[in-house]
Amino acid sequence: MKLNEKLYTLATIVENKPGVLFRTANMFRRRGFNIESISVGTIEQDGLSRMTITVYADEDTAEQIIKQLSKLIDVIKVNVLDEAEIVKRELALIKIQIQDSRALTELTNYCNIFRNRIIDVSPDSMIIEVTGTPDKVDAFVQLVQGYGIREMARTGITALQRGSKK
Amino acid sequence: MVKMSGSQALIQGLWSEGVRAIFGIPGGQIMPVYDALYDSEIRHILARHEQCAAHMADGYARASGHPGVCMATSGPGATNLVTGIATAYADSSPIVAITGQVAKPFIGKDAFQECDTIGIVTPITKYTLQPMEANEIPEAIKKAFLIASTGRPGPVLVDIPRDVQTGVSDISIPDKVEVRGYKPHVKPHPLQIERAADLLLNADKPMIWSGGGVIIANAAPQLRAIAELLLAPVVTSLIGKGSFPENHPLSLGPIGMHGRPEANKMVCETDCLLAVGVRFSDRSTGRFEEFCQDASIIHIDIDPAELGKNKKPNLPIVADVGIALNELLAAIKRKLAKREETAWSKRVEEIKEQFQNSSFGESKGYQPQIVEKIREILPSNGILTTEVGKNQMWGELYYKVIEPRTWITSTGLGTMGFGFPAAVGAKVAKPDVPVVDLAGDGSFRMTENSLAVCVDEHIPVTVVILNNSSLGMVEQWQRLFHDRRYSAVKLSGSPDFVKLAEAYGAQGFRAQSIEEFEKVFKEAIKSDVATVIDCPVAPEEDVFPFVPPGRGLKDILYGAESA
Repeated sequence: MKLNEKLYTLATIVENKPGVLFRTANMFRRRGFNIESISVGTIEQDGLSRMTITVYADEDTAEQIIKQLSKLIDVIKVNVLDEAEIVKRELALIKIQIQDSRALTELTNYCNIFRNRIIDVSPDSMIIEVTGTPDKVDAFVQLVQGYGIREMARTGITALQRGSKK
Repeated sequence: MVKMSGSQALIQGLWSEGVRAIFGIPGGQIMPVYDALYDSEIRHILARHEQCAAHMADGYARASGHPGVCMATSGPGATNLVTGIATAYADSSPIVAITGQVAKPFIGKDAFQECDTIGIVTPITKYTLQPMEANEIPEAIKKAFLIASTGRPGPVLVDIPRDVQTGVSDISIPDKVEVRGYKPHVKPHPLQIERAADLLLNADKPMIWSGGGVIIANAAPQLRAIAELLLAPVVTSLIGKGSFPENHPLSLGPIGMHGRPEANKMVCETDCLLAVGVRFSDRSTGRFEEFCQDASIIHIDIDPAELGKNKKPNLPIVADVGIALNELLAAIKRKLAKREETAWSKRVEEIKEQFQNSSFGESKGYQPQIVEKIREILPSNGILTTEVGKNQMWGELYYKVIEPRTWITSTGLGTMGFGFPAAVGAKVAKPDVPVVDLAGDGSFRMTENSLAVCVDEHIPVTVVILNNSSLGMVEQWQRLFHDRRYSAVKLSGSPDFVKLAEAYGAQGFRAQSIEEFEKVFKEAIKSDVATVIDCPVAPEEDVFPFVPPGRGLKDILYGAESA
């Protein structure tokens, strides 16, 4: 992130049909913008999906990104979420090595403190589900790194504006 | 609802959109459509290369204002369209490209002549559609025309698998379609219009920069009325030539790298620039930071993404240029009855006086004279297309465009080989006016096979070749900026263009002097066969004035000695 850049979270409502993700992502590539994270899923209205896209950008670039996104015909609406009024979540599944029973105890304790869930255990590894702000996921990943992360899957950020404002 | 095939539905859909001519080449995966075309009254013009088919559709669109249609088969047919589609995209020209695709069961199997056409053209189209059932075709076509021709126009591609073309179903042609995510914003904000009027009226040196958007919106009359009321000089972009009559006392011609010196000089002096339907191309503005540094800029465009993309305006207005100029004109009229001559309008006269008849470069050679002669002879509604290179720049500098849609040139993409097929398309759209392609030998050789189309289809256009036996523009840059290290610019091995024309069954002339040119050109534009006029010219004749790349508009070079 450069000095004058900040994080923008763009809630982008798009047509749910083939090629839309390609067209959207390709616009970023073609114009030299970088996507920090992107998550896509269906929404409450039929035929539409929501892409939550985060980017680091300065003000002018952000404005251009929003305009270029809005210009795409399959994009119905772009909302810039107000960072102060936002609920952000990310899901991570982390498979961690269990060296011994001490590690098992420690990891279980950490999960309790972080309010994570252990969703699978095998003799030498466990899968932990972490849900929370990206910061929380980062913090937990850092904490358990020493135990040996075998595999990890993160969804990228998804977000909603608080309250009644749509 | 009537039982018909996808192909029949396609042809009916095109007919109901007003399509009377298609430029294309058949092939395996589009043959059902060509079969349906056999029963139709739509004229099909058989291009000899798909790139030309796309340029022809583009020329048709720019001359007529209605979308042009090109058609090709899958794979290489579709990929050959790419340059033409990208050219139309860069210049906001409405074309609809129809491509065949392999049958659905073969998609993704690397079948013969399969390629991901949609994937290839996505970055160079306004939209793409791929109907997957025969009964989806009419709606797809309607959407394609709606999207191509409204808002900021652009190319739309419809890719149709072969089994969708042959599929028979109960099909009806809809009267209207809705595209949920597509609502061009056409009405300007009234307060912004008031503010724009005030800014212009309070400025000491108001100026108008008019672009292709004014031509697209058919808004030349409103623009002219505003200029005359304000006594504001008008400069244009290269593609905007014709949006304001260049023989008008307030016209300064185009700005930019090879713009008129009076235009480039005055745009550095203005204190309030009304930029309409322009996209602030680097070729027009020179260095963005230096461009109109001390002027307030009002920018009107239908595409919100253009406002602030390259240069931040003081007053951005998103609107259809025609509607915005109408309202701006009304606002100015309310506040101003008539403006008497100002110091600024006197300066316009002065600077025009200074540059109008001066020559640039070592000698005012033969090439500018040919261009001026074409203007002298062509009626004001005659159409001039250009190729890309020195020919285009001489056209920019010396050819005064009087009416909108009579100057057709590839500006955004700068496509060599564009002018000739575009001229063919323009002539199909406007059969009653003379159409001339101003060419260089390098560009002409890229699409000369359109001569076959001209002869075969009786499309009498005139090609004037400024034949310098080289890739002249590149040569000029190598002369000025690469220490005369001429690398790969000599075009030896060209055929005799007179004989080449004759070999196709067209007419060929050679003109060695301006007198000879005048004589054969007059004959050519009245002729009912296509004509090629080969004008051998000196390769050393450079195009001046010239703003070197990466510099500001004030840094004009008038000749090689100042480079």
